[in-house]
Amino acid sequence: MDPRLQALEFWNIGNLVQRLLWHIVHIVVSLWYSLAGLVQSVESNLISKGVLKGYDNLEIGKVKYLALVIESEDARRIFEVIELLQWLRSLGVKQVCLYDVNGVLKQSKEVIAKLLGNASLFGVDSVEDLKCDEKHMMLEFASISDGKEAVAKAANLLLKRFKSENAAGVQKDMVFTEQDMFDALKSIGYGAPDPDLLLVYGPARCHLGFPAWRLRYTEIVHMSPLKHKKRGALMKAIYKFTTVRQNYGK
Amino acid sequence: MHVLCTGPIPAHIAFIMDGNRRYEKKHNMEAGGGHTAGFLALMYVTVYAFSIDNFKRPAAEVNLLMNLMRDKIEDLLREESVISQYGIRIYFISNLKLLEESVRLAAERAMRATANNSNATLLICVAYTSTNEIIHAVEKSYKGQLDGTCCEEASSEMGDGSMVRLAEVERHLYMSVVPDPDIIIRSSGESRLSNFLLWQTANTLLCAPLALWPEMGFKDLCWAIINFQRSYSYLEKKPKQA
Repeated sequence: MDPRLQALEFWNIGNLVQRLLWHIVHIVVSLWYSLAGLVQSVESNLISKGVLKGYDNLEIGKVKYLALVIESEDARRIFEVIELLQWLRSLGVKQVCLYDVNGVLKQSKEVIAKLLGNASLFGVDSVEDLKCDEKHMMLEFASISDGKEAVAKAANLLLKRFKSENAAGVQKDMVFTEQDMFDALKSIGYGAPDPDLLLVYGPARCHLGFPAWRLRYTEIVHMSPLKHKKRGALMKAIYKFTTVRQNYGK
Repeated sequence: MHVLCTGPIPAHIAFIMDGNRRYEKKHNMEAGGGHTAGFLALMYVTVYAFSIDNFKRPAAEVNLLMNLMRDKIEDLLREESVISQYGIRIYFISNLKLLEESVRLAAERAMRATANNSNATLLICVAYTSTNEIIHAVEKSYKGQLDGTCCEEASSEMGDGSMVRLAEVERHLYMSVVPDPDIIIRSSGESRLSNFLLWQTANTLLCAPLALWPEMGFKDLCWAIINFQRSYSYLEKKPKQA
């Protein structure tokens, strides 16, 4: 056989073997994840039923503001979203931000608040109910337009103020601080708190464009697609968060 | 690794090098030993070497880290032929004004020395936070507009009355020189971004191996790539900065 053809044949066989090995690696990893998922499912049930004792004292006060990132396709399953909120309420979480990229949750905010009951909307309703009623929930709804575009709007506000101050003869260098940006965002309606904990209900651990300015020190935890949500897994994620110690760079 | 190359390989991986001080305690090392051990393992594309928040640490530790950084940059420049052999371009993603002068000058020299390399890019985030990057981009985009470098005409206002546009702000981010990362790996199992690449990571896979930074190895990288490949069909549909 021509040596060049022989080399080509070896290369083709080598390529096939490499592809086969790649598929084997991924099959093994998928099996591992399936097994892990089964174990987590059993664990979630045990946590939820109170059999595993370590999770019954959650120190929920440490979760002042919780965010949920949900795939926009899954966000249409309003009753699943409401069930998740009910679980959070039963655990004592009082302030929740619901985020999806396309704003599906935003469009359904009144319906969600009404069906959930004893809930008010951030920025619309008073915070007084939150203080008086243990089970009252404050809901915030956000989408991709509350991220980068909001920062651009806040930037425009800062620059307009700078320009008018300079026009009025108050000469100063254009040096903005992070506090200036915070204040500008707040003044145009983007003043919601930074979440302490962000739970991602989707196929992968990505924050999907949750407003960047609010994610500086947020713990980001991947849960599962919304249809596979489990109360025990939620309790475990919150419990693990309460044990985290942050240095904030120090 | 040859086997993994059969599937999609991430173009850009970012690292948060967490766990150096815990590594020191674990191995009863002197202060700074963990940082030195971790630095020797450095070999990836974007690394979060030093946050603006880290300036709050004790002055002795900050000085140690600055000196370590300057020494490593000087070593890099002395071994310039190795860098050139592999065609690696180095960027220091930084508010350079916050750095001590000797470190700033060394960083600028390293960037100039590797400016013509194009095989791979190493970005070292030092004296960096995302929020500081965004503020800087706002200031630069407005200044660019005022002196006409970004638009056809120098102007303090756009036709629609806005002072700057989102696209201009994005163009002036420090990290606009590379595509958004495909994976962020934070060592030591912590699950937050700590003000790192917040703007660029909307559709980035976040990985948090338990190993402390000096203990991170090839297997952790392989595991992150395997998970990236598993999520690829989902991540591929998401928009990314080109």
